[in-house]
Amino acid sequence: MKQRPAADLSELPTFGLGPRSPTWWGTLAFMALEGTGFALAAGAYLYLAYVSPEWPLGVPPPNHWPGTIVTLLLLASVVPNHILNRYAEACAMVPVRIGLIVMSLLGIAPVVVRWFEFPALNIYWDTNAYGSMLWVLLGLHTTHLITDVGDTLVLTVLMFTRHGYSGRRFGDVGDNVFYWDFVVATWIPIYLLIYWMPRLD
Amino acid sequence: MSSADLAHERDLAQQGAAARKGDLAPERDGPRDTGLDDASLDRRLARTWRTPPGIIGALSSVDHKIVARRYLITAFVFLCLAGLSAVAMRIQLSGPERGLIGPDRYNQLFTMHGVTMMFLFAVPIVQATGIYLVPLMVGTRNIAFPRLNAFSFWIYLSGGLFAWVSFALDMAPDVGWFSYVPLSGPEFGPGKRSDVWAQMITYTEVSSLAVAVATIVTVLKQRAPGMSLDKIPLYVWAMLVTSFVIVFAMPAVMITSTFLILDRLVGTHIFNPAEGGDVLLFQHLFWFFGHPEVYIIFLPATGMVSSVIAAFARRPVFGYLGMVLALIAVGFLSFGLWVHHMFATGLPKLGASFFTASSMLIAIPSGLQIFCWLATLWDGRPIIRTPLLFVFGFFFTFVAGGLTGVMLASVPLDLQVHDTYFVVAHFHYVLIGGSVFPLLGATYFWFPKITGRMMSERLGRWHFWFAFIGFNAAFFPMHIVGLWGMPRRVYTYPVELGWGNINLFITAGAVVLFLSFVLFTINLVYSASSGAPAGDNPWNAGTLEWATSSPPPSYNFARIPVVTHAEPLWAERDTLPVATGLRVDARELVISTVAEAHPDVREKSAPPSIWPLFAALAVGATFLYSIFSPWAVVWGAGPIAITLVGWFWPKGDPEDEE
Repeated sequence: MKQRPAADLSELPTFGLGPRSPTWWGTLAFMALEGTGFALAAGAYLYLAYVSPEWPLGVPPPNHWPGTIVTLLLLASVVPNHILNRYAEACAMVPVRIGLIVMSLLGIAPVVVRWFEFPALNIYWDTNAYGSMLWVLLGLHTTHLITDVGDTLVLTVLMFTRHGYSGRRFGDVGDNVFYWDFVVATWIPIYLLIYWMPRLD
Repeated sequence: MSSADLAHERDLAQQGAAARKGDLAPERDGPRDTGLDDASLDRRLARTWRTPPGIIGALSSVDHKIVARRYLITAFVFLCLAGLSAVAMRIQLSGPERGLIGPDRYNQLFTMHGVTMMFLFAVPIVQATGIYLVPLMVGTRNIAFPRLNAFSFWIYLSGGLFAWVSFALDMAPDVGWFSYVPLSGPEFGPGKRSDVWAQMITYTEVSSLAVAVATIVTVLKQRAPGMSLDKIPLYVWAMLVTSFVIVFAMPAVMITSTFLILDRLVGTHIFNPAEGGDVLLFQHLFWFFGHPEVYIIFLPATGMVSSVIAAFARRPVFGYLGMVLALIAVGFLSFGLWVHHMFATGLPKLGASFFTASSMLIAIPSGLQIFCWLATLWDGRPIIRTPLLFVFGFFFTFVAGGLTGVMLASVPLDLQVHDTYFVVAHFHYVLIGGSVFPLLGATYFWFPKITGRMMSERLGRWHFWFAFIGFNAAFFPMHIVGLWGMPRRVYTYPVELGWGNINLFITAGAVVLFLSFVLFTINLVYSASSGAPAGDNPWNAGTLEWATSSPPPSYNFARIPVVTHAEPLWAERDTLPVATGLRVDARELVISTVAEAHPDVREKSAPPSIWPLFAALAVGATFLYSIFSPWAVVWGAGPIAITLVGWFWPKGDPEDEE
């Protein structure tokens, strides 16, 4: 077919941040599908609690302190996370590097405390269905936590190389901030389900 | 697009340029397409967008058309395998007490038939059609996240090989395609057969979730300038809604299969009633996926029907807005029906009534689509060619299947015919009628675009009549034998029941249906090598995939089209308005705004890479190992992490910077 020029795109920018970038939408879609997974796992837990005559099944409720410490660490990390986002939007290299180091440390800290959450559940996965669901919920979130911390570490290294001076890499930092928010947000209902629902009478 | 819109776009561009600040390397510019003559433009784009030569090059390809072609061929092979297993079952059932296949092999056969048709054929082939067509129809140069797309194919291929190698080793799943506990659980499912089911699910769902994400972002962000929401082709709308359904439904089956494998492998008790678990939880989780699954297969087919009908009725589909709203309504409602698969489990009456009502409700948007198509044909000047014949076959078959569906939505009838051949007849009418017939029509319709050659019309008509008659001869009597009480999934039946003659008739019908696929295969092979040359737009259709050559070049469009109408090629019959200003030495495409499709960013599309294959190998090996040991997750994490870093680490291509 013959063509006739009708629009000139030559002056368009070569990257866009946030919702202007396809990666942001991809991240959002992955959050939607992983969030569905979280919701269904939580639904399965509530379903079993509902059909079971007693809950928790035969053991005392978990010790909530390691979980509470993780919750506080995660909530505290949201503030530097969004400060980092602001610098990423401004494409300011030095503060972004500092922010990424801070966020790496604030990511590793809850992983370390998470290690102590599993024994604090007071039950093994193969004891009964209640124990299975606690380990599943905690395991599901831990997978996301470790994955995002790994992602943050790689991105931190990347931003210290010459490849960092690129709009797309600053966009990646923004998307990492966005995903960390998701990791924190999904933890809150899981935390309540694991530690506080068994304490409801 | 009016000139005011274009002025607005220029403003947008200048803002973008002015916003370039901060610690960024100076923008490396390259030659643009503005003012280039056609020959040199084609030459330079071909060099930039080509898939590298050689075996490594082929394994690195990220071209959506090449990946889609691989998907289509692989899915066709799985269709043949699943079809042959159906033929084997029909021969066994053609008379009472035949000894061709024993009960154990029969169990594996019907399970492999079901999982292959659902997970390795139906879903992958509708998604693959989308991988090929959606980027062309929205006027872009590649799918979003092309490496994720390539990765999804390798994962899909390994999942399919894994299942069929297991079958060859006599360890294929034998518990039915939905693999209910406790039959599939640790107590009653010894060996590795149910684990094969569970991990086959994981492979295929990872792959189809990846494609769904890529499709959603392609439709939302990569539409050609001017293709606002009300100008998106109905097929693309169908793929968008389908992809959303996948995003919210597929995690359910991944959760189900993961719970099952945990119960089997590490001794959790999620589905074990003796320790506080629950078997019905499995069914709830499975069907929360399983019912939307039907619409994942059906909705893309409605999109294909809309494309075929518009092209052959010579007018746009009647009631565009109603069609789009019906697609979205079906997408939502598909999540509200899952319990009607569980009416025989003794649910509370109120729950059953609710799901009866919602199951009948979905007939409304589905019916609305049918009436819009009929109105289109009524008002148009239909030209009856093979694709349209298959659409007529679809109308008849799908409506018949829909009617038995409304019957089955009522609890008393459902209880009576539960697990009988009536249900087998119903879902084959819906699935083959609702999806395979449109797919066959779509093959005849888009084959010229993919290969550059027409399929034989004469063979096509023979194919249609064999398929239509064979299908109805095979499946209609199943309604009757089901009402007589013949249960599904039995490997034989005694003479005294008197089901022999009707089963022989069914088998004869199945053989005719099988022969129709032989004709189809001959037509495909013959036409691909020596069909009549097709030209760019053999059907004079109106959507953008027909604006480029057949087969399309690696870069799809020499210049990105500017869209002014829902059927752009009918609105602009002589010359296509296009956009200029993109680089020709780097893989640049246009990112546009979600609703209005104003051009917003010149984004780089990822170049070919071998890393998605490596990542798929690492992920696949982890899944395989996890059948045998939970430590697979630990040992697999390292290789997966390494391959993902290799995948994302910039290599210094022009596409990596900016």
